[in-house]
Amino acid sequence: MPAERPRQGVLRQAWRIAWKDLKVELRSREIVYTMAFFGAVIVVVYSFAFPSSSALVRLGAPGLLWVSTMFAGTIGLGRAFDRERENDTLRALMLTPVPRLAIFLGKGIAITFLVGAVALVVTPLMALLMDVPFFDHPGELALALLLGAVGFSAIGTVFAATLLKVRSRDVLLPVIIYPILIPLFAFGTEATAALLKVPADLDNAWYWIGLLGAYDAAFLVLSMWIFESLVIE
Amino acid sequence: MPLERVEITKVIKRYGTERALAGVDLELRGGSMCALLGHNGAGKTTLLGILSTLVRASSGAITYRETGGAVVTGDAVRREIGLLAHQSLCYGELTAVENLALFAGLYGVDDSPAALAALLDRVGLEVRARDRAARTYSRGMVQRLALARALLSAPSLVLLDEPFTGLDRGGALALGEQLGALTAEGAIVVVVTHDLEAIAGRTDHVAILRAGKLVFEERGAYDYEKLKDTYHRHAS
Repeated sequence: MPAERPRQGVLRQAWRIAWKDLKVELRSREIVYTMAFFGAVIVVVYSFAFPSSSALVRLGAPGLLWVSTMFAGTIGLGRAFDRERENDTLRALMLTPVPRLAIFLGKGIAITFLVGAVALVVTPLMALLMDVPFFDHPGELALALLLGAVGFSAIGTVFAATLLKVRSRDVLLPVIIYPILIPLFAFGTEATAALLKVPADLDNAWYWIGLLGAYDAAFLVLSMWIFESLVIE
Repeated sequence: MPLERVEITKVIKRYGTERALAGVDLELRGGSMCALLGHNGAGKTTLLGILSTLVRASSGAITYRETGGAVVTGDAVRREIGLLAHQSLCYGELTAVENLALFAGLYGVDDSPAALAALLDRVGLEVRARDRAARTYSRGMVQRLALARALLSAPSLVLLDEPFTGLDRGGALALGEQLGALTAEGAIVVVVTHDLEAIAGRTDHVAILRAGKLVFEERGAYDYEKLKDTYHRHAS
């Protein structure tokens, strides 16, 4: 009989699952390269497509930042769960005695890291190619993007896990999650637009960042609640 | 506490309009190896999935009882289950040792290198393969790793779906011996297999499913001839 260790907390178990995903990704670098490349391609295409007027670029840049980051995030989301499908490893996780909450949080944390990595590529690239002053208020922008990544990951994790065995999951995943993510896109875009105003409208930015936080809280609770019922066959 | 008995009561499983299990009643006991037999599509894997808690029955009940008869539920049940499925349930990008360390952590059991090495010795995974990514393994090596993962927490309910697939004759015999040892230690072992030779002489409980129904059940010693004859008479 193997020696049993004291029970570990949900967050520790969640981190164990997240670290496993990140370790696999650090070895293959398959997802993060694909996501970053896709995000960068969107930015480059738009940098040519947009009119060269800096005022117009400033108007469109917040939306482009959020759309390119989240679209690239969808690619990573699908692939991260494809990995769990290859050897049915999500079932192996579900079979362990750790709370389902830890599995949900673990997958969500790993995806948040991946989306964050994409934002780290897309944001400076847009600043460079489109001359957008994203770094005038880096703390606020980073917080808004982090909250966006958390909300995206919470919703994405639930539906990507649910669709794991569905043949047309690659098509269905964005079709299902994007409508739910519309408020997140809207709040994030508004917060970023407020930060890009001259002078920056910080009160307004914090208002939208607050809404992003509220959105995350609501969907985190809802996602944790429904995760198990959706992933058990 | 280890499980001592599992009671399957009127279990029905539907997938849409398809009925995979049509009211199965069965009792599994500690220290016994149940051979769950039947043709493809008979419902064996579905029943194993329900027993493992990964598949929800449409109706009916599974009752897990520990020594003394108390009912066990939730995480405490999953702690006692070891599943060897069609797929390896292991990560191809991780090595055998990393896979086992991950799951040992999740099960809350000893994840020291010595403990993991002992487990890999037990399933016969060669030493030089242990630090290679599992995706580079042969089918037989994957099966050995999958078995190590299934036995990691010293489960008292061991569910095996075609465990002899990919193993050479020596490996299959060694696995058969392992299963015999688990049974002798008091575990409830359920084996779904078409390799009757590998379990002959070890199984003491035969249950045969046909089109989702339990059509035969008997406890007793089974040699290969008796097992083969029973299977052919009842499975078709």
